[in-house]
Amino acid sequence: MNKIWIITKRELRSFFDSLMAYVMIVLFLGFSGFFTWIFGSDIFLVGQASLQSFFGISYWTLFFFIPAITMGLLAEEQKSGTIELLITKPVSDWQIITGKFLAAFLLICITLVLTLPYYITVANIGKIDHSAVLMGYLGLLFMSAAYISIGLFTSSITNNQIVALLAALFIGIFFHLIFSLVSSSSGGWFANLLGYLSLGTHYESMARGVIDSKDILYFLSIIFAGLLGTELVMSRRHGST
Amino acid sequence: MEVSVENLTKSYGFQKAVDNISFKVDTGEIVGFLGPNGAGKTTTMKIITCFMGCNEGDVKIGGISVQANPEEVKRHIGYLPETNPLYKEMPVIDYLQFVAEIQNVPKPKIRGRIFEIVSTCGLKAEKYKKIGELSKGFQQRVGLAQALIHDPEVLILDEPTSGLDPNQIVEIRELIKKIGREKTVILSSHILAEVEATCDRIIIINKGILVADGTASSLRKQAQDKEIVKVTIEDGPNEEIYRSLQALETVELVDLLPHYTQAFEVQSKAGMNSRKAIFKLCVEKGWSLTEMTPVERKLEEVFRDLTITN
Repeated sequence: MNKIWIITKRELRSFFDSLMAYVMIVLFLGFSGFFTWIFGSDIFLVGQASLQSFFGISYWTLFFFIPAITMGLLAEEQKSGTIELLITKPVSDWQIITGKFLAAFLLICITLVLTLPYYITVANIGKIDHSAVLMGYLGLLFMSAAYISIGLFTSSITNNQIVALLAALFIGIFFHLIFSLVSSSSGGWFANLLGYLSLGTHYESMARGVIDSKDILYFLSIIFAGLLGTELVMSRRHGST
Repeated sequence: MEVSVENLTKSYGFQKAVDNISFKVDTGEIVGFLGPNGAGKTTTMKIITCFMGCNEGDVKIGGISVQANPEEVKRHIGYLPETNPLYKEMPVIDYLQFVAEIQNVPKPKIRGRIFEIVSTCGLKAEKYKKIGELSKGFQQRVGLAQALIHDPEVLILDEPTSGLDPNQIVEIRELIKKIGREKTVILSSHILAEVEATCDRIIIINKGILVADGTASSLRKQAQDKEIVKVTIEDGPNEEIYRSLQALETVELVDLLPHYTQAFEVQSKAGMNSRKAIFKLCVEKGWSLTEMTPVERKLEEVFRDLTITN
């Protein structure tokens, strides 16, 4: 546990040292704030004290920002060779992977904490459904964790950050959009399967304030699959056969 | 803590990078790992440090196998990889802090240990700078510092002096020698003089096969079983001296050395010694023997002989 935290700390620090974290936070707050308060179906247009529009827009901004955070996690270390130093230290592959995963996840947490003023403001304007907001945030966290896990996996398969970014977006878009599109235009068990695989289905039900163990199980499986894939790639890389 | 490599084999596809290598290094020994490019030095080191797995054989460090318990083994190793990869965006001191923490240096001791290592490696003035801003030589010192921070019992250094200036090379060599008194050190290098100056023992590998293992002088002897002496004989006609030397029973070959007026290189037959005979010959003929020195083969030649054959 201690080892994981040491790796997480270093990784988080490098996010802030490389300005990555600041750019991410400013852009995220800018986008989500703009669409929540000023433009499109914003809060004043809807006329309801709810954060639905914020959760709707975050669904997309996070989808694009997370691969940008995760792309360097392993790809950069593999390119510069620092992965060799890390692996030859007394840590296991799992500790490295979990440490890096947690670092990206904490960065998202920090970003989301900074959107709490939105919540406080809206809560002062009208009567807000507190549990729905809580669930919405929970949904965002689960979704972020799933995409971080996918991003970490694509970062492990290449030395090139851009390839990692594009691969993460490519895999992500299936869960994010394509599964639900295909599902709605076809029928039968296939549509049901794709509907279940679509991340949007699970996210929306959470964002509406409904919590279901099926949704949580879904997110946890994606997270676990991504991390497991990363571990397999890493152990193959350094050929521990 | 001794390192023992047992029948190690590692192949990349069909090519064997390391082929059935076995050797043992004891505590307090500094072993130089020599070989031409692509001989398998780095691969062997990567397997010892648990970065890579192997196909056959095993490496044991203090009796613990790298395959069975890599995490325990890694605790006792300090490793400086050939390319010296470092987190360029981190300040030196933060980086050392990170490595110390991850290497299980107890919290209260970390500050003192960093201070100590920073001064041993000559990084005092640079400790707050970002690693990426340092020159190659200083980066090499940071690499060495991170390998030493947890006071490891086994040190694996892949070309530790590359990129350093001559003064730094001498300093680092002294440092390695000092450390090597109590620890087990394996270092690889292309520079033969360096290996000869720092190492107690030399291991030469070529194309993945171990071709020689011994001290520098024993390697020389092994490669040179015929005695060669250089003699200078004056007060006599060159041609006659040449013929008389060649006629001696123990002599196999005589060469007239170029650039000298009356110097010869005399090679004896295997296992024989012709120094006495040469002296007697000179006394008989009334020539003056002004020089007689044994010719030592250079380590470079031994290395070439061992690695260029076939």
